[in-house]
Amino acid sequence: MSATRPITSADTVGWRIDDIGPDEMILSMGPQHPSTHGVLRIELITDGELVRDARPHIGYLHRCFEKHCENVDYPGVIPYTDRLDYVASMGNSLGYCLAVEKLLAIEPSPYVQTIRVIMAELQRIASHCVAIGTYGMDLGAFTPFLHLLRDREKILDVFEWTCGARLLYNYNWVGGVSHDVPEGFVKACREIVSEFDQITYPELVNLLIGNKIFISRTAGVGVVSRELAISYDLTGPNLRGSGVKYDLRKDEPYSGYENYTFEVPVGEGQYGPKGSCFDRNWVRVVEMKESARIVSQALDRLEKLDKTDVREKVPKRVKPAKGEVFARSEAARGNLGYYVVADGTAVNPYRVKVKSPCFTAMSAFHHVARGVMIADIIALIGSFDVVLGEIDR
Amino acid sequence: MTPAEICTKLQEKFGADVVSALVEAASPYVVVKTERIAEVAAFCKADPALVLDNLLCLSAVDFHKEKEPRMEVVYHLFSYTHFHRFALKVHVPREGARVPTVEATWGAANWHEREAWDLFGIVFDGHPDLRRILLPDDWEGHPLRKDWTDPDFYRGMRVKPTEQMADKAMKGEEFGTGPFQHDPFNAHVPVSGGEA
Repeated sequence: MSATRPITSADTVGWRIDDIGPDEMILSMGPQHPSTHGVLRIELITDGELVRDARPHIGYLHRCFEKHCENVDYPGVIPYTDRLDYVASMGNSLGYCLAVEKLLAIEPSPYVQTIRVIMAELQRIASHCVAIGTYGMDLGAFTPFLHLLRDREKILDVFEWTCGARLLYNYNWVGGVSHDVPEGFVKACREIVSEFDQITYPELVNLLIGNKIFISRTAGVGVVSRELAISYDLTGPNLRGSGVKYDLRKDEPYSGYENYTFEVPVGEGQYGPKGSCFDRNWVRVVEMKESARIVSQALDRLEKLDKTDVREKVPKRVKPAKGEVFARSEAARGNLGYYVVADGTAVNPYRVKVKSPCFTAMSAFHHVARGVMIADIIALIGSFDVVLGEIDR
Repeated sequence: MTPAEICTKLQEKFGADVVSALVEAASPYVVVKTERIAEVAAFCKADPALVLDNLLCLSAVDFHKEKEPRMEVVYHLFSYTHFHRFALKVHVPREGARVPTVEATWGAANWHEREAWDLFGIVFDGHPDLRRILLPDDWEGHPLRKDWTDPDFYRGMRVKPTEQMADKAMKGEEFGTGPFQHDPFNAHVPVSGGEA
């Protein structure tokens, strides 16, 4: 039925005994290790405490996302996209909706676009709260995690108030959003932003990022060069941590991001070589502050805009003409790309392929892991901020 | 550079190996002869006017109902120097598909090609580590192909019940529990105002 290729022992096992030297041993880390943020298994060749080579094994969470997409209609895919990166669902469905809207050549009203921007940026803050909080916990700092999750709760409360769900929203629809924002939404969001600026951000910097132990655990560990980052298609904070100033919100604006003023933070290498674990996290921290800036500008804009029906442009039946599109957007973990092929006759997509930012980040892992200590492997996985739901799809 | 300029440049360099091109569409691409894809990829990255140094996505698509059934491998490229985007495509037969690897040019291709092998059964010649990536190592077949049917057995276990089995289970004969009956949660609660 398909191309034949003899199955060798290399297909079914990892390294073989003749791959390792006399003083080396194979250590299997995960899939139940708490620092692997889900179910990731990494095979390490170790020499004492030194890691000679690493080989990630993924697929434990494979849910056949792309096969499912071919069997449901276009709007039916959106709940599945929520479950890809379940820590930042708003960004996933936004990316998919942008792709399908490009196929159909519809553009939502500025009011809807502004709501989408507010939701996406609040989600980015919430997602980075989890990323940095759990990263601190991996390295032994428990308190910042509690503080960050406390502040994330407030954002989830607003999401629940708007669309009824706290984690998987099904909020962005093709051509619109599912619900209009409730009465008093702007005031609640302003409170979140001011609390973030006055409490969360200074607390985070004082408690974790400026902490001497945190700096010495992360600065100089896991340095990703600019060339490696581009070749392995690292995106988002992982790319910007290596000093490449590229952000889709700035360079290929979508959903009206060109109307907002914000900076794109890049890794500066304050405490060691540029592109280390510290830089990637530093970029995330500054990015949260910039997201708060965007949210407050978008709230101003939302108040000035005329209220329109948020489902005004939602098509009754989505059936694009024959064609294909590759659309990408800046999700919390990097550039999320959707390649959607329509055959012009069916109401379900012919093919959907997701370029997940965590997938490509993990594929560069063995390059960075060679020559570090076993304890630093934990610092490394967390610094890439991978979510296995998105890698395995 | 605009997609048309990139296409002209590739046609100048590779001549008839650029099979066809569609540059006016919303998502422009050229179709390249399958055997030459590795050289085209290396050229795209090395040429100072192109510098397509970033592989955004590598996807395979199965067109089984076309006049000539085929599969396509699509390479979406981006340049961090000139900030332009472009796409390359190759056509491969549905049976015995082989494509030269571009892993040496873009590191990101390594896992993408493993995924295409895993789900479509396309062999990438010269790939250093072509193993299954998302599915179990002992999985048989390639499920994203359009002619895929779900297997009845996996490792000797029946994973798809037959009609008789489903019927038997509903009648409760399988475990001797009797026919399936739907009891509402609150069946034991007397309805207020009604007779107890």
